[in-house]
Amino acid sequence: MLTYVYTSTFRFPNNLAKWVAQMQENQEVPLLRMEAVSKSFPGVQALEDVNLEVRGGEILGLIGQNGAGKSTLMKILSGVYSVDSGTVAINGRPVQIRDPHHAQQLGISIIYQELNLMPNLSVMENILIGREPGPPIFVNRRQSQHQTQAILDHLGLTVRPSAIVRNLSVAEQQMVEIAKAVSREARVIIMDEPTSALSETEVESLFGIMRELKSNGLGVIFISHRLEEVLHICDRVTVLRDGKYVGDVPVAGTDKDELIRMMVGRSLETFFHADEESAARSAAPDLVMEVRGLSRRGNEQDPAAAVFSDVSFTLQRGEILGLAGLVGAGRTELVRTIFGADKRLSGEILIEGTPVQINSPEDAIRLGIGLVPEDRKAQGLILSMAVRQNMSLANLDAFTRLGFVRRADEARAVQDYINRLTIRTPGMDRRVVNLSGGNQQKVVISKWLMVQPKILLMDEPTRGIDVGAKSEIYDLMRQLASSGISVIMISSEFPELIAMCDRIVCLTEGRVTGTLARGEATLETLMHYCTLRDHAIVKEEAVAP
Amino acid sequence: MTNESATSSATVAQPKRDWVAFIGQFGALIVLIIICIIFWRLEPAFASQRNIFNVLRQVSIFGVLAVGMTFVILTGGIDLSVGSLLAFAGLVAASVEKGGRGLLTVGAAGEAEGFGVPAAILAAIAVGVLGGLLQGLGVSKLKVPPFIVTLGGMSAFRGAALLWSGGQPISAFRDQYKVLGQGFVGPVPIPVIIFALVALIGAIALRYTRYGRHIYAIGGNPEAARLSGLNTAGLLTSVYVISGFCCGLSGFLLSSRLNSAEQVAGIGYELTVIAGVVIGGTSLFGGEGTIFGTVVGILLIGVLSTA
Repeated sequence: MLTYVYTSTFRFPNNLAKWVAQMQENQEVPLLRMEAVSKSFPGVQALEDVNLEVRGGEILGLIGQNGAGKSTLMKILSGVYSVDSGTVAINGRPVQIRDPHHAQQLGISIIYQELNLMPNLSVMENILIGREPGPPIFVNRRQSQHQTQAILDHLGLTVRPSAIVRNLSVAEQQMVEIAKAVSREARVIIMDEPTSALSETEVESLFGIMRELKSNGLGVIFISHRLEEVLHICDRVTVLRDGKYVGDVPVAGTDKDELIRMMVGRSLETFFHADEESAARSAAPDLVMEVRGLSRRGNEQDPAAAVFSDVSFTLQRGEILGLAGLVGAGRTELVRTIFGADKRLSGEILIEGTPVQINSPEDAIRLGIGLVPEDRKAQGLILSMAVRQNMSLANLDAFTRLGFVRRADEARAVQDYINRLTIRTPGMDRRVVNLSGGNQQKVVISKWLMVQPKILLMDEPTRGIDVGAKSEIYDLMRQLASSGISVIMISSEFPELIAMCDRIVCLTEGRVTGTLARGEATLETLMHYCTLRDHAIVKEEAVAP
Repeated sequence: MTNESATSSATVAQPKRDWVAFIGQFGALIVLIIICIIFWRLEPAFASQRNIFNVLRQVSIFGVLAVGMTFVILTGGIDLSVGSLLAFAGLVAASVEKGGRGLLTVGAAGEAEGFGVPAAILAAIAVGVLGGLLQGLGVSKLKVPPFIVTLGGMSAFRGAALLWSGGQPISAFRDQYKVLGQGFVGPVPIPVIIFALVALIGAIALRYTRYGRHIYAIGGNPEAARLSGLNTAGLLTSVYVISGFCCGLSGFLLSSRLNSAEQVAGIGYELTVIAGVVIGGTSLFGGEGTIFGTVVGILLIGVLSTA
């Protein structure tokens, strides 16, 4: 890789050479070391005596539940917060990180979940922004292209320098961010949940890049909820719990169970407990909803593209029905169509035996259907509003008399759900944007429980949520089911579906390829049905058992 | 509502962000107070009752428009047509008062028997509401960006005003027509009272009603609002109707105050009004802002322009 470095007079590749050399010479002193760092906010001790150390050529995993202090730690490293006590040292020299710009000068780059790229500019414009080559005023486009290509090649990335960022996949955008960080001579790259929006192959290529960074002598901090990935890619793992430093273990000597124990302080054996009631429930089927031949066409690119076709299934009272499928199988589109958020082409929906017309979310809500959408921030919450307003939004009529919101009634109901779902917030007038992911999700779920639904559609209800909150949401779903609410659950994590669902409907490219009952569903059978491409085979198989 | 959430989060964590929120909320008010103090020190007559009500009367037309504009901007939209719609509504009010369609059908000024002042006010408001409704439907049903729809409206209503009036002003009204724009209740000019009432109703609607809650929700995140069962198309249409209502009302007020309705009335008002709303802390992206802020923003502009 080193051989690629330019020897021309380009400013930027020269720096690259210097940077790589620097990286490789000092692997002894930790690149970044935080010792006994504490930070408190009024009423909250966010961090207490936390230690963290990254050496060059190392990938450090940083794990902890939401609220464990990971984001505070990151904000300290990016210069948003200053520490109350403790030291931060870079290359052995203690530093005070003043602001994000200073952090960058010190060689710390953070790649956030929400990427910081300019979507309408090209890859090279994004990477070189502020340092465009060429004479003053004008940008030398050819030189830009060369410099960008050099850095992309160096990292083994395949995106074109002239590609417009908006048209890239999330994975590619992430790679552009990494390239940008590297081109700014970052020594420590911190990645916050980089894999949460990636497919499996994309995760693999991201890991490839991380290894590349590592072999160049950089320090990488990988923050993730996915413990398998942490165990797979990291050299060491630092665990935080409730703002405290729990420990630092080499990956070689640990396993998932130990990490979970460290994170939650208890074992999660109870995480997926077998549900005995479900057997009793399915013994007395009571049809709540039936979907017959539902089809939808058209997406943003192509109005004629089949999104899903001829989907039929039934939903029993108190049942948790899973929808399994790979990305693009049409699961999200299916629940959105049932909910009336998207227009359907054909097919009918029966609720308790009566055909119903659902043309808008309003109709769906009136019929007792709620939707916990896939993207919490973009679709589930109004981030500029407080917990209170978000929670009561779908059921505001119940608190309204003569057009006026009766705030006392509303507050009582909201407080009730805050207690019942143990939502951790300083108060109901706190903006939801300040809550952790798990608590945000509980606010969305509360919103729907307030309308007292018969059917709750949950699209990836545990995405981007820490293990503790996940287990609470699983418990909640089971409680809902046993209280007679029917749940349709979409999840990309097969183990979650297998553990939670009474039945699982498998979709491939918009068609139902099989329905598996509890007991039949295993990782293998799910994967099998979710990758069946030839629909002729499906029919044969369906006949066989 | 936004008030409360901003202040509650000011007490916990994230000091930097809440300073920004605080400035957004009260920055304009602080500037207004400082400027008033400076003017008062420089010219003691600034603080006289007469001058204060004079300033208030001058901003009251902008103020009424700004209340409607706040609703529109809270949804993330914009209404560029207010100046034109105001002119058109003012002309319609004037010709109803005069008892004829336009200048051409009215005889010598002040002679004809009109349909009365209440009919004139209603006609102006009807014109405003209909104009707003058309634009609202364009935004919500045809899904044309508000900027484009109301830019079109700006030209169209100005054109309508020209056709209606033939380019000639309609003026010299009876006293009962002029009283609402020129009269006083005690020391308080009547337009100021109307502005205060409109602002009060707007503030209550936004702060305490379900409708207001829905407006903030739609501005904060239209997709989440729709998925929560809100009638987003209806709500979007309604804010343009409200803005249109305010245009109608202020169109009448302006003609009453100037004793003349003209095709060229209200040119450039949209910019003053939008500036006032934005200075008052309402986000152009929607979802955040208050009528209180808007009133402060408009006052600030008023004080600066009279100084």
